[in-house]
Amino acid sequence: MGGTKILTKDIGTPNLQQIDVYIGKGGYASVQKALKTMSPDAVVDEVKKSGLRGRGGAGFPTGMKWSFIDKTPGKPHYLVCNADESEPGTFKDRYLMAENPHVLIEGMITASYALGANLSYIYVRGELMYVVRILQKAIDEARAKGFLGKNILGSGFDLDLHVTCGAGAYICGEETALIESLEGKRGNPRIKPPFPAIAGLWGMPTVVNNVESIAAVPWIVVNGGEEYAKLGVGKSTGTKLISASGHINKPGVYEIELGVPVEEFIYSDEYCGGIWKNRKLKAVVAGGSSVPILPAHLITKTVAGESRLMTYESLSDGGFATGTMLGSGGFIVYDETACIVQNTWNFARFYHHESCGQCSPCREGTGWMERVLHNIENGHGKQSDIDLLVDVAKKIEGNTICPLGDAAAWPVAAAIRHFRDEFEWHINHPAEATKPGAVYKEAVLA
Amino acid sequence: MAEATEKIQFSPEAMELVQKQIAKFPEGKHKSALLSILHIAQAELGGWLSPEVMDYVATILKIEPIEVYEVATFYSQYYTEPVGKYVFEVCHTGPCHLRGSDEIIAYMERKLGIKKGETTPDGMFTIKGVECLAACGSAPMMQCGLHYHEHLTEESVDKLLDDFKKENKISRPFPN
Ligand SMILES: Cc1cc2nc3c(=O)[nH]c(=O)nc-3n(C[C@H](O)[C@H](O)[C@H](O)COP(=O)(O)O)c2cc1C
Ligand code: SF4
Ligand code: FES
Repeated sequence: MGGTKILTKDIGTPNLQQIDVYIGKGGYASVQKALKTMSPDAVVDEVKKSGLRGRGGAGFPTGMKWSFIDKTPGKPHYLVCNADESEPGTFKDRYLMAENPHVLIEGMITASYALGANLSYIYVRGELMYVVRILQKAIDEARAKGFLGKNILGSGFDLDLHVTCGAGAYICGEETALIESLEGKRGNPRIKPPFPAIAGLWGMPTVVNNVESIAAVPWIVVNGGEEYAKLGVGKSTGTKLISASGHINKPGVYEIELGVPVEEFIYSDEYCGGIWKNRKLKAVVAGGSSVPILPAHLITKTVAGESRLMTYESLSDGGFATGTMLGSGGFIVYDETACIVQNTWNFARFYHHESCGQCSPCREGTGWMERVLHNIENGHGKQSDIDLLVDVAKKIEGNTICPLGDAAAWPVAAAIRHFRDEFEWHINHPAEATKPGAVYKEAVLA
Repeated sequence: MAEATEKIQFSPEAMELVQKQIAKFPEGKHKSALLSILHIAQAELGGWLSPEVMDYVATILKIEPIEVYEVATFYSQYYTEPVGKYVFEVCHTGPCHLRGSDEIIAYMERKLGIKKGETTPDGMFTIKGVECLAACGSAPMMQCGLHYHEHLTEESVDKLLDDFKKENKISRPFPN
């Protein structure tokens, strides 16, 4: 029942945040094993074999990313953990760091060894200052036990690990903006290439990985990449933390083995526990606010009628026409009372607020989309506004320095693609649509 | 100006914390500590970042004041205008909205007699709408200082307000 748990299996153990309790559960075994018995390349190989894909959103194979790092001798290498977690609908990294901080510290040590990094950072979004303090305590404990510092466990490997913080800016989750921020600057994304693996923090080779990606490394090193690859389905190996929110009975963070059917995830008591208040399902945003919204009938089944699974491949089946993405695993559920126009406006406001302003399509386009959506939502929409929104979204997409532009365009384009009639209803029946609590009644529910 | 700058100074404890942040970075890379130091400055030196406070931070890091202003105005957690003693940063992004953040904000506005973005005349409370704080599973929610207050209801808001009025529960966030 419930599938294998890797990251969350010990959560619930009293005082798991204390290093002795964590070690009592088998913690820090990967540091012992890697530093004493494996070469750095052998660690990279295990991560490659595991098929682990980046859990920050893009799903890029972690082992492959590690092998891109510039190995020129004499250059320092850095590992930076992305704990900026700001994608609306995503709250798994916060949960993991607060409940099980040592699994991240252990992962950072083992991964730094694999990458030849002697100085590493965990960059936490500034709002999560209480998590910064939990991590600082965990780092201090790890240092006192000899897992950090000079000549760790007599292996000759040195590592300093620090936790540092942002100060409120979604864009700092984008890896090059994060690096700028970590250098004490505004979070303006850099033009790529060069990629961080060649020139990252202070111009040196740097790997940026999500909290959850790094936290999976200890289990992979201890149990072997092949064991990890046995979990999940096809190229979606292992387990994934899903942040479930919105109109469900049991919001929260769930660790699933990739491959759970979406329907089971929504309705089973083990996970979301069904739609709240005995209402019907209208739509789902499956991977954080940036991924396309899908109506009820497309989220549980593909166009071919196959049951959709919680995997990278199955969720994206059908491309953007009828599919979506696993993204960061921020699973937002909408019931029959949710207004798609209002939700789309809300997300458009978010992206406009968070645009760093460097590129004009993103800076101007996000504001434009926000204003047009605000008009429609408030009963001042015009029929031509719908095509205007589609047009603006298209002009942003692919024309910006960083993917925030796409992330702002996709939700708008997808909402219109699947809920165009609801936008038209708002425009054609403004008096009715702007009544408090009014909802479009013709939506297809499940 | 010179006079104002002289008065602004970290306490020895805060200075120790500042030095700890600087020590996290290699020689010559001390500017990386700027964001952390601004959090400490905001907490310790009056609750917001006045130009004088920013200039003081620049002198500590030996960087140009403009480098500090650039950063202070980019990040939403820094206040470049005075705010209330307690700032209620209520999340109003999609997932919180689905679980009633608008209603909670409206309730706070009625209770405090101010609108989102304003501060009560006695300088006690500010209501601020903020974007997703990574707590969507426990919506509606808000941050006040170091603390997250989740699963907000009208009753829990009442209790928080009473507690804040009764005792000094102020807790400003900065890294340790
Ligand atoms: C606008 C934007 C915001 C992002 N926010 C985050 C974030 O909060 N956390 C994260 O891990 N990755 C985020 N990413 C992805 C990172 O750029 C990067 O791909 C990731 O940290 C790599 O780690 P991974 O390979 O382990 O997933 C964001 C990307 C963009 C474009
Ligand atoms: S796409 Fe938007 S957020 Fe990204 S660099 Fe351009 S303006 Fe900044
Ligand atoms: S939407 Fe409010 S915490 Fe995420």
